[in-house]
Amino acid sequence: MIHYQRLWWLVYLPASGEVAAKQAGGVVSVCDRQSSTPSRRAKPRRPPPQPGEETTKTPMPLLLVLLFTPRTAGLMLLTISTTHRPATDLGFLLHKHPDRFQSFDLSFGTAHAYYSEVGDERCTACLLIDVDAVGLVRGKNPDQDFLLAQYVNDRPYVASSFLSVAVAQVFGSALQGRCKDRPELVTSPLPLEARLDVLPVRGGESFLRAVFEPLGYQIEAIRHPLDEQFPEWGEGPYYSVTIRQTVTLSVLLNHLYVLIPVFDARKHYFVGEDEMEKLLAKGEGWLAQHPAKDEIARRYLGNRPSLYRMALSRLVQEEAPIDGEEEAQPKEKAEETLEKPINLNEQRYGTVLAAVRASGAKRVIDLGCGEGKLIRALLKDRQFEEIVGMDVSVRTLEVAARRLKLERLPDSQANRVRLIHGSLMYRDKRLEGFDAALVVEVVEHLDPPRLAAFERVLFECARPRTVVLTTPNREYNVVWESLPAGRFRHPDHRFEWNRQEFQDWASGIANRFGYSVRFLPVGPEHAEYGPPTQMGIFSRSGDRQE
Amino acid sequence: MTLSIPKLSLVVLVGPSGSGKSTFARTHFLLTEVLSSDACRGMVSDNPNDQAVTGDAFDVLHYVAAKRLALGRLTVIDATNVQPEARAPLIALARKYHCLPVAIVLDLPEKICQERNTNRADRSFGPHVIRNQRSQLRRSLKGLRKEGFRQVFILDSPEAVEAAVIERVPLWTDRSHEHGPFDIIGDVHGCATELEQLLERLGYGKIVLAGDEPGWSNVGYTHPEGRKAVFVGDLVDRGPRVLDTLSIARNMVKSGSALCVPGNHDVKLLKKLTGRDVQITHGLAESLAEIDALPAEVREPFIKALVGFLDSLVSHYVLDDGKLVVAHAGMKAEMQGRGSARVRDFALYGETTGETDEFGLPVRYNWAAEYRGTATVVYGHTPVPEPDWLNRTLNIDTGCVFGGKLTALRYPEREFVSVPAVKTYCEPVRPFLPETEQAPKLTAQQAHDDLLDADDVLGKRIVSTRLRGSVTIREAHATAALEVMSRFAADPRWLIYLPPTMSPTETSSEPGLLEHPAEAFTYYRTEGTPQVICEEKHMGSRAVVILCQDERAARERFGVTGGEIGIVTTRTGRRFFNDLALEAQFLDRVQRAITAADLWSALDTTWVCLDCELMPWSAKAQELLKTQYAAVGSAGRAALPRAVATLAAAGVRLRDDEKARLEQVAKGMMRREQSVQRFVDAYRHYCWPVNALTDLKLAPFHLLASEGRVHTDKTHVWHMDTLATICRAAPELLLATSYKVVDVTDPVSVAGGVEWWTSLTGQGGEGMVVKPLDFLLQGKRGLAQPAVKCRGREYLRIIYGPDYTADENLSRLRSRGLAHKRSLAVGEFALGVEGLERFVRREPLRRIHECVFSVLALESEPVDPRL
Repeated sequence: MIHYQRLWWLVYLPASGEVAAKQAGGVVSVCDRQSSTPSRRAKPRRPPPQPGEETTKTPMPLLLVLLFTPRTAGLMLLTISTTHRPATDLGFLLHKHPDRFQSFDLSFGTAHAYYSEVGDERCTACLLIDVDAVGLVRGKNPDQDFLLAQYVNDRPYVASSFLSVAVAQVFGSALQGRCKDRPELVTSPLPLEARLDVLPVRGGESFLRAVFEPLGYQIEAIRHPLDEQFPEWGEGPYYSVTIRQTVTLSVLLNHLYVLIPVFDARKHYFVGEDEMEKLLAKGEGWLAQHPAKDEIARRYLGNRPSLYRMALSRLVQEEAPIDGEEEAQPKEKAEETLEKPINLNEQRYGTVLAAVRASGAKRVIDLGCGEGKLIRALLKDRQFEEIVGMDVSVRTLEVAARRLKLERLPDSQANRVRLIHGSLMYRDKRLEGFDAALVVEVVEHLDPPRLAAFERVLFECARPRTVVLTTPNREYNVVWESLPAGRFRHPDHRFEWNRQEFQDWASGIANRFGYSVRFLPVGPEHAEYGPPTQMGIFSRSGDRQE
Repeated sequence: MTLSIPKLSLVVLVGPSGSGKSTFARTHFLLTEVLSSDACRGMVSDNPNDQAVTGDAFDVLHYVAAKRLALGRLTVIDATNVQPEARAPLIALARKYHCLPVAIVLDLPEKICQERNTNRADRSFGPHVIRNQRSQLRRSLKGLRKEGFRQVFILDSPEAVEAAVIERVPLWTDRSHEHGPFDIIGDVHGCATELEQLLERLGYGKIVLAGDEPGWSNVGYTHPEGRKAVFVGDLVDRGPRVLDTLSIARNMVKSGSALCVPGNHDVKLLKKLTGRDVQITHGLAESLAEIDALPAEVREPFIKALVGFLDSLVSHYVLDDGKLVVAHAGMKAEMQGRGSARVRDFALYGETTGETDEFGLPVRYNWAAEYRGTATVVYGHTPVPEPDWLNRTLNIDTGCVFGGKLTALRYPEREFVSVPAVKTYCEPVRPFLPETEQAPKLTAQQAHDDLLDADDVLGKRIVSTRLRGSVTIREAHATAALEVMSRFAADPRWLIYLPPTMSPTETSSEPGLLEHPAEAFTYYRTEGTPQVICEEKHMGSRAVVILCQDERAARERFGVTGGEIGIVTTRTGRRFFNDLALEAQFLDRVQRAITAADLWSALDTTWVCLDCELMPWSAKAQELLKTQYAAVGSAGRAALPRAVATLAAAGVRLRDDEKARLEQVAKGMMRREQSVQRFVDAYRHYCWPVNALTDLKLAPFHLLASEGRVHTDKTHVWHMDTLATICRAAPELLLATSYKVVDVTDPVSVAGGVEWWTSLTGQGGEGMVVKPLDFLLQGKRGLAQPAVKCRGREYLRIIYGPDYTADENLSRLRSRGLAHKRSLAVGEFALGVEGLERFVRREPLRRIHECVFSVLALESEPVDPRL
């Protein structure tokens, strides 16, 4: 429906590495075991492998498509140290000779493996990844250029899925727990230390600990400021992270492989149907018991990017970070999470349904229908002969259409329901002639100076017989301890009214436009602060209810 | 025989199979004008003779006919149409679209029809079919007019068919060949004294016509420059000199110096005079009394002539190539230039909602509020205190007979000329004059513009601009714009302009550089302009500032009633300041600067629209800075030293080849460490904390528009210098932009321009913008780029990344395509100027909003954001 949809192929690439790589140009795509070809493996540049060393035969089990990519070259660093005696055993385990400086071609740049410390007491191996961002950005397909040629970002400098890919390619044998020369080392726990420079952590140090501590690691994290000259910008999300544990190298690498992308589940996208299986394979023996497994799985699998959001964010880029979608996701949920314990959403829909049933309405329009939850409830009641959902966001309507399975409904059902794209800021003939309009948790998303337009659009022009309108009751906010004082329930709320403000506003409307209004509480009423949600039911004067 | 048919009519051919309808249609009409039932049968079933699909075929035929008639296209129906039930839907269709149905009957002898059919291989029905059709036809003939056909032509022999000639005549309402200039005069209602004064004031001279008709005066008026008066009707009733008024109007019409459309009062008088039973109310008595006062021997011939005159008046006129429509009570777009009883009724009475108001008068349906036509409609009928434009319609009836005034609209000048009523001749049932002089009221247009219509923004749109013709907005982009406009944008009444995007110069091939002024100079030289202006480019956020002299001006000109005096918006139409108090302070300071610079009187305006950059960048883009730019610096500056350190440690141990390779990588890392630092330095340049108003800096660079003018006719030097006078008045907040004029044909001047850029960017400046000296430049292929930007080497690190200057990166970054960006830039520029021009012309808000909305829609098109 929308223009950007022709770009979706990039997201839903077929799981064939070769094809994907060609189509996607610079897009990182590492093929899976079956379709692996020599040219796609990481190759040491020179010299040829020594006996006892290996080229990375382990193909990356993931097909990875990177959408947001860095702009010019960047790098990330993983160091692995041990104090095992002799510490130089690390070289055998990693299949990398301590006296060598090796470089490997990866599809997104180059990886360098070397040792910064070699001694019997302590040995440190370094994996330095040099991302060729320009190469990633440039592509033949102009659409892809648009997708990839995003703004300058931190990708090149932070440990991300690139690093996981590189670990699998450069330290593949170690990851799989194979060692020709010293097989006994593979199964012996060693005192190991891994350091990542730098790891972006969404959720801060507590999340870092929540992930590594249950696995038995000691953690040391140094947080880097965004810019020391502008302390008011606050701390950045970047950490230099060191984890320590006596554990086998293979286990350590497996942990890193799965967990590195998890900390910053924002800008890489895994594609393919068997992602969950792959995650489980690498997480075998530990992920299932991990207390944070749900969050890890969710982040690992990532959110599908919305290209529509990207287009929108181009328009609001100065005001909001460009990758608003991923940021917005938890925020969207913020309100829901807050209200979940009292199951407010269900109570709200229940009360709205009761009110609209009581009005005897047959033709109902849900203004700001979002993803269509209320519409689904309306559909179940044969009282409603015509149900229309309107929203300002085409993207949301697409989700609603999918959730309601509009295309698969039998005609008798499908004829009752319609979704339309529209705005409450414009007079719209399509809104006329309804028995009831539902405006559930919508007005608080309108800028106060634009409320007047909404009022006229609905109460003067559309003029349904009944309007059921709900909005938060600000007074109740103090009941939620997790909500900081003075903060709204949702970041897009432009205001939240207390009961008096809402009732004044609603009564004013009723007066001006010839309606009467009555108020109902929604949700558990607090003795002092009232209900969490307030509802106004407007009835057009001079109409008798059926 | 000549068949005269109206230019816009529905021609229904009637005749049995084989009567030659298709041949006739082919001979006299365009192929595309003819809708044939056989062709429609073929269209839906592949077989033109398949009678089983007749129902479907006629659905198609009626559908297409409806579309054609709606678009005002003559349409010919080629089907047998011998039965009344076949013709009825066609007549209904013609009525629906206010076209005249015409029947052309081919009533040929049966023998001829049968002969023709036998000769046709594809007609296999028996002779009874034609026989039946013919008898149905014969039975129909008498009733055709009664069925509703306005004209019926019967051709009853091959010779008659052969001799027929079709002549298309324009409707009486069609006077589009008359270009005026016109003076359109409101409802006179017998106020001849005021009419005489008005005509004189309009420059008409009194003449005396030859001949003497009983009861009529022979006074007429004519304009020395050939102007034409147009009366919107209601000449009679209520007022003191009805017959004099009629004389003047009739004489002027007769002598060709006026046109006149009838009003409901005129028609009612006509009905009375022709013996119909009408109520003697609403001032009809006054007209009748004057007539009755005539001597008996004069009265009868006078009435006869008067009936003739009134009867000759045409419901409405379409004038000046369709750009002007005059009707008594108004005229909807879909009725203009058409003829039907409903059109005439609308012209005389308008539409009512069926309700009555508290004075017992019918509530009028406000057709003008919904008017979307392109023609200007001037009408009267309902008295208003002041003539007031609404959606290109104007009610010119200022209630002279009720003690108001008699007003004329000079067209095309669009000026009003009024003469106050000598006295109140008649008390209006519903008072129409404001009781007392109140604070400036919103105009009808402004009150109406309080709400915009979804129809005006949804879906694919084509916007015509003066500068670049049609600009197409695709539906997907309009969709994105609707969401942004609805969720984030400021009040549309303030949104008269959104700035266009700007293209960079062509890519430079200078070593180490991506952009350089040389390409900008070359671009404008090849577009044929000798002089360009280089303006320092400020790195902040684009801001559009609209500022009025005071609240009253804001109310009068922008229709806002919240007491604000202006607004600052971002490039996407969002309010720049979330803190309204800060915005008010800010606007107040700028306003005082403008007052101090005496710009209000210099420009003879009460408002200005400025295109500006507002600094620091961090004021608006803090989120972006934090999540992207500072983030890159932070991550890079944390990771790189570690990489360099581990490499150095490893380097100590390694030997020979291994060491050489390591050192090469280490060198690259060290260079990168420096690049990241320079990247951080680059963005830090544009950031500083904002604690007070004066921490902000506003650099205006275009004085886009003020009352009556869009300043695209001035050079950029004028813009710079005029704005500099304001900046001097508030140096703590306003920043004059430095500039340099370069002659692109003079190598010395060009070198000077390059040097200026080098020095600007050397000090950390973003770069410069190069514009043709004149605001508008028509280049080789239409409008040239209004500006191109040329950004500095260090600044571009923010855009292309810390390490973009490395050779291996630059060489790849150089191939960048500008074509799409440039086409967007010109399109958005044309839309921006168009919006301002429409605002300055005081067009309805939806017309301005259309342009603003379209700029926003174009901005959602995917282009490389680094350009």
